[in-house]
Amino acid sequence: MQGVYRSAVPPSLPRRLTDRRRRQLVRRTAALLILCAGALVILAPILWMVSASFEHMTQVLSFPPTIIPRPWDFSAYRRGFTFLPFAHYFWNSFFIGAMSSVGGVLSASLAGYAFARLRSPDGHVLFIVMLSALMLPYTVTMIPQYVLFKHLHWINTFLPLWVPAWFGGGAFFIFLFRQFFLTIPSDVFEAARIDGCSYFGLYWRILLPLSKPVLATAAIFHFQFAWSDFLGPLIYINSTSKYTASLALSLFQARYGATPWNQLLAVSLVAMVPPVLLFFVGQRYVLSGIVVTQK
Amino acid sequence: MLASLYFSFTRYNILQPPHWIGLANYRHLIASPLFWKSLAITLYYTVLALPATLLLGLVVASLLNLRVPGIRVLRTVYYLPTLIPPVAGALLWTWLLNPQFGLIDYVLQRAFHIHGPAWLVSPTWVIPAIALMSLWGFGGSMVIYLAAMQGIPEEYYEAAQIDGASSRHLFWRITLPLLTPVIFFTVILGLIGSFQIFTQVYVLTQGGPDYASYFYNLYLYENAFDYYKMGLASAQAWILFLIILGCTLLLFRSSALWVHYDR
Repeated sequence: MQGVYRSAVPPSLPRRLTDRRRRQLVRRTAALLILCAGALVILAPILWMVSASFEHMTQVLSFPPTIIPRPWDFSAYRRGFTFLPFAHYFWNSFFIGAMSSVGGVLSASLAGYAFARLRSPDGHVLFIVMLSALMLPYTVTMIPQYVLFKHLHWINTFLPLWVPAWFGGGAFFIFLFRQFFLTIPSDVFEAARIDGCSYFGLYWRILLPLSKPVLATAAIFHFQFAWSDFLGPLIYINSTSKYTASLALSLFQARYGATPWNQLLAVSLVAMVPPVLLFFVGQRYVLSGIVVTQK
Repeated sequence: MLASLYFSFTRYNILQPPHWIGLANYRHLIASPLFWKSLAITLYYTVLALPATLLLGLVVASLLNLRVPGIRVLRTVYYLPTLIPPVAGALLWTWLLNPQFGLIDYVLQRAFHIHGPAWLVSPTWVIPAIALMSLWGFGGSMVIYLAAMQGIPEEYYEAAQIDGASSRHLFWRITLPLLTPVIFFTVILGLIGSFQIFTQVYVLTQGGPDYASYFYNLYLYENAFDYYKMGLASAQAWILFLIILGCTLLLFRSSALWVHYDR
């Protein structure tokens, strides 16, 4: 009955649209507010850590806890770093991280290249074997690895901590590279081959420059893993001069009688900086790298 | 891997060559109450931490999927805890969970007027405390979900909206089903990870108080590197492997029911 009076564009339509847009806006603002509140909750421990690292011990232990240090005390940093030679330990961790990063990226990309491009009948089988290695818990290989390194006399050196990265560096990254290389059309390769490019040249001159996001992702993750690694250094390093940052941090508590929290937190804070910084720098690549694997 | 299997049938203390003792290691483990206790502890922790972490990751990822300026900052914030080296993080939480001057108990008192428990020294609260610490790092799975969500073609949503779907419909009928492969992936990875938790336990509690947080991996580590019972530890590793394999197979089997692949 109302339809008799309807025109081509029902007059009620614009109002409904605005309603919907308003609802969307409300929903978005609500989501944003919740997210911000949650972000504060997540950040709270770190923020408190920062403030405590600048406080005097008496303030650190005070209850209720103080957020703004009064006065600002920088001695925690100085003392924390001189008590144990953390600068040296940080350098150790950095070295291991860098070596793992380079090795992991090179070997994983090479392996990924092999899996993606070269046609071999056993290729598929090898790939499946490699994938299943992903599922293997680290604990299963941990002991034979230790025995192997003992026979090689590599215990108490850095070698067990970064050399394995040069052998593929984890099936996950080989998988990552393979998936990425598969997305590159074969015309590119054919054109290069016609121009007389060798297989290795293909890899070095074409694939690597193209795969910067994946390279960055793999490099970042390898470095982070090496930097944060605790179990590795724990079982392989014995002499104090070779300790890594993570290992040394855990000893901080044991060496002191009453834990100097401000120093501990100060050093921990600095230990957090390299991986976080690295992530910020390579952030764009990491997210796009994860997207690639999902395909 | 095969070497590990071989070791598990021997008595091996590294200094002398391995000495074959058949199934004795396994028998010893099955008979030892500490073995079952550590398994139970690890299982309890997994049940507490894994579903909560994945769920939180899913929820926050869907929230973070907004196209709002500055959202990238928020995403980074949520991911931040995963970037922190576990040792540093564990030390931070030792301090946070301190009953006298820790932030957690302070918040509990001020906001909820409950007197917080002595977290890391209380046998009942030790494992929930470690689970809570792991929950703080839910950003890892969240980032994966977010990336997957952003890979869902816009057309699906648009088509559904034209057909009059509400946003709840959009989530439950489009987003979630398309995410099931990724969820499957994170569940498996999460399972493998949480069964092997070590660093935080070592730093936080060393297995205490009174073996209340004696996780399986810690037990394995002590057998191997404190007591040099490599054979026993290898047997432990293989039992863990079989358990994980069993869970993974179960998950694979069940995936036919709930994992939905896009055509």
